[in-house]
Amino acid sequence: MSTTTVAHHDEHHDHPTGIMRWLTTTNHKDIGTMYLTFSLIMFLVGGSMILGIRAELFKPGLQLMNPEFFNQLIGVHALIMIFAALMPAATGFANWMLPLQIGAPDMALPRLNNWGFWILPPSAILLTLPFTLALFGVGDGALATGWTFYPPLSVQGGIGVDFAIFAVHLLGISSVLGSINIIVTIYNMRAPGMTLMKMPMFAWGWLITAFLLIATIPVLAGAVTMLLTDRHFGTHFFDAAGGGDPIMFQHLFWFFGHPEVYILLLPVWGFIPQILQTFSRKPMYGYKAQVYSLWAIGALAVVVWAHHFFTAGMPVPALLYFMYSTMAISLPLAVLFYCWIRTMWKGSMSFETPMLFTVGWIILFGIGGLTGLVLADVAADAQYHNSYFVVAHFHYTLFAGGIMGIMAGVYYWLPKMTGHMYNEKLGKLHFWLTAISFNVTFIPQFFVGLAGMPRRIPDYALQFAEFNMISSIGAFVLGLSQLLFVYNIVSCARGGKKATDQVWEGAQGLEWTLPSPPPYHSFTEQPVVK
Amino acid sequence: MASHSENHYFVPHGSIYPALISVGLLSLASGFVFNVTGSDTRMDGSIKNPALTYLATPGKYMMYLGLAIILFMMFKWLSSVVTESLTGQYKKWEDKSFRIGMIVFICSEVAFFAAFFGALFYMRVLSVPDLASYAPDITPYKDFLSTWPSQGPGGTVLGESYKPDQAFHPMSWSGLPLINTLLLLSSGATITWAHWGLIKNNRKQLVIGLFLTIALGVTFLICQAAEYHHAYTEMGLTLKSGAYGATFFMLTGFHGFHVTIGTLMLIVIWLRSIKGHFTPEHHFGFEGVAWYWHFVDVVWLGLYIFVYML
Ligand code: HEM
Ligand SMILES: [Cu+2]
Repeated sequence: MSTTTVAHHDEHHDHPTGIMRWLTTTNHKDIGTMYLTFSLIMFLVGGSMILGIRAELFKPGLQLMNPEFFNQLIGVHALIMIFAALMPAATGFANWMLPLQIGAPDMALPRLNNWGFWILPPSAILLTLPFTLALFGVGDGALATGWTFYPPLSVQGGIGVDFAIFAVHLLGISSVLGSINIIVTIYNMRAPGMTLMKMPMFAWGWLITAFLLIATIPVLAGAVTMLLTDRHFGTHFFDAAGGGDPIMFQHLFWFFGHPEVYILLLPVWGFIPQILQTFSRKPMYGYKAQVYSLWAIGALAVVVWAHHFFTAGMPVPALLYFMYSTMAISLPLAVLFYCWIRTMWKGSMSFETPMLFTVGWIILFGIGGLTGLVLADVAADAQYHNSYFVVAHFHYTLFAGGIMGIMAGVYYWLPKMTGHMYNEKLGKLHFWLTAISFNVTFIPQFFVGLAGMPRRIPDYALQFAEFNMISSIGAFVLGLSQLLFVYNIVSCARGGKKATDQVWEGAQGLEWTLPSPPPYHSFTEQPVVK
Repeated sequence: MASHSENHYFVPHGSIYPALISVGLLSLASGFVFNVTGSDTRMDGSIKNPALTYLATPGKYMMYLGLAIILFMMFKWLSSVVTESLTGQYKKWEDKSFRIGMIVFICSEVAFFAAFFGALFYMRVLSVPDLASYAPDITPYKDFLSTWPSQGPGGTVLGESYKPDQAFHPMSWSGLPLINTLLLLSSGATITWAHWGLIKNNRKQLVIGLFLTIALGVTFLICQAAEYHHAYTEMGLTLKSGAYGATFFMLTGFHGFHVTIGTLMLIVIWLRSIKGHFTPEHHFGFEGVAWYWHFVDVVWLGLYIFVYML
């Protein structure tokens, strides 16, 4: 009886308004909106930081900043982009769309959900506070180790490392809470009749992501905790004098770090096939094959970590094992690519903005995957490790594969979330500007990397000057183009052509059966799936 | 698939507690950083950041403030959960969510301990033997032998020199650790006995069983404190004792921290049992704590085998 009254109550009484609505909300759509907004803001913050780097690298020589500050910007840029832009964007979509896609009244643990979000702003403060403190003469700025925290540099570093350690702790708590919530929601809240193998692919992508987070985030927490005690309490985890080893940190870090790259991508691999089937107007190809491939990648993800430090020194059998296991990941990945392409094959395709982003995504992410295979080769990696080639590789996977995938999702679901169509012309312009300037930025980095330009160094040899200049110009165009994205989202939220319930002609799935925007409480009665 | 008869899922009203806990976390974390930055010392006891010592005291107060906020808000949050439970908002469907959630949470805790066990194995099997196996003509660690327990070869790192303590003794597996093992194992039995009582609606057995479990937990913590005291004052074994000291204290320390949390949770459900909460059919609160307690128990067995015995 009581739940009925509660639902009743909710519909007819006012919710808190203004800031209190957002601080206290337990509604999955509100929380999803907060995640996505936070992600967009942090995307711009992290982006501006790296434009500072590209400005410095525009010409050889030191112009704008000292090397310490240069490295601080790089490290904080990466931590922000990974933990505060990409991950929250994926969690935001999970919040908004999972309950709608599986016919649930809300996320399973709504208060926990709220907490998961509200831990993020404090973590962002912790990450960036050292910059401000340095202005007041406290400490020497943020962490200058890059996002990987390698000791001994991170043991020597100043107050910025401590702040980053705690930021990572809080971000980790947020991810674990989010994962718990998503796992429970998927197992316990599906509409009657929706068996696991009838679940939307996005739910599969996120389920495996959540398992990876649960398995690896605590290991990262343990690793940075050891770093903290090495820094302040005299332990010798990463110090040979006490029998420890700095390389042990690399093992612990990448045990988390490699699965992390799949954590960033699996949610995207979930909704990309949904977008493809919508705009190809035919069902996705190889549902089962995709599900099994996602599982295979999730399982392989936790056993290949040492490919990130082949050059640190390890026994030859270990080198071989980590090389072959890494390469093995490309097999299930190839199955996915095949399914994505086959979904489009002979479909009646149309190229609205989400589809443009998706097709561009397949090509660019493909380049990221192929260059990864090159890096996985132990002999080749000896030359490419720590060079700009690696930087280009992971931007093809993370910017193209991650962020551009998220952008496809934003354009795909924005009409559903806001009830308005975005400006299609601007959307297309945004796509072309992004795709072209992205390549202008990062293709040159492959070349300078192959020629030996190291990463995380503010100066470079004269021979790299032209390519770096091109790359910097590309980066500034890329950065500025994102203002179009922001403008398009804001004006779409404000108004525009009314979106229909189905929004896209070929859209399939429960979320498209609800009005656009969906009511504050959707599926208070669960639909039955045949 | 949800196997439920009710169609309505309980979605709680908005709550300010989570956001305020986050404020507490921010205050606790930044206070901690200020405090350690201000009070950090080198191996020789000198102050590391003389220009920043003024940060230590405000940092300390920020930590206290943060901790107070967190504890108070958790208390408020949990009370509203208890109220919701007592007023019958949680039925089978919600109950299942809590169960799955708790299992996943415990899995994440397992992963956290795995990191420290991993560090232990790595040092023992890889880094300590490696340090002892350099060719004699180039080794910087001349007389260092690959033994375990090890405090490492010693040396100067980052301008600070570290010398293994001559008085160092490793912790033995008999004595206090053995008693502690027996204590925790029996506490696993007493909590199961209490659970049987709850299911049979024998409230007396429930309350007594929980009380015994708490008593065993507290005794465990007292023994552990005595063990640490002994290590620091008589055995030359401290957190700073190289690989062995670091892994010993971090593993047993985090375990002890979890026992403390577990004991606090036990006290909460004990008080609730005395007040008449929980029914034979409906007692996730009890079971969640019991699962957690068993998890802490199993971690201890791992510790006992890999840290103390082997
Ligand atoms: C078949 C696919 C892939 C293979 C074989 C592969 C292989 C590698 C290897 C061997 C490295 C280390 C290079 C070095 O430092 O010398 C690397 C770096 C990296 N990869 Fe991949 N990768 C693949 C896909 C991905 C994906 C999907 C992502 C992200 C979503 C990703 C993100 C990264 C990142 C962030 C780094 C650099 C980390 C750092 O040093 O800061 N990779 N990859
Ligand atoms: Cu990797």
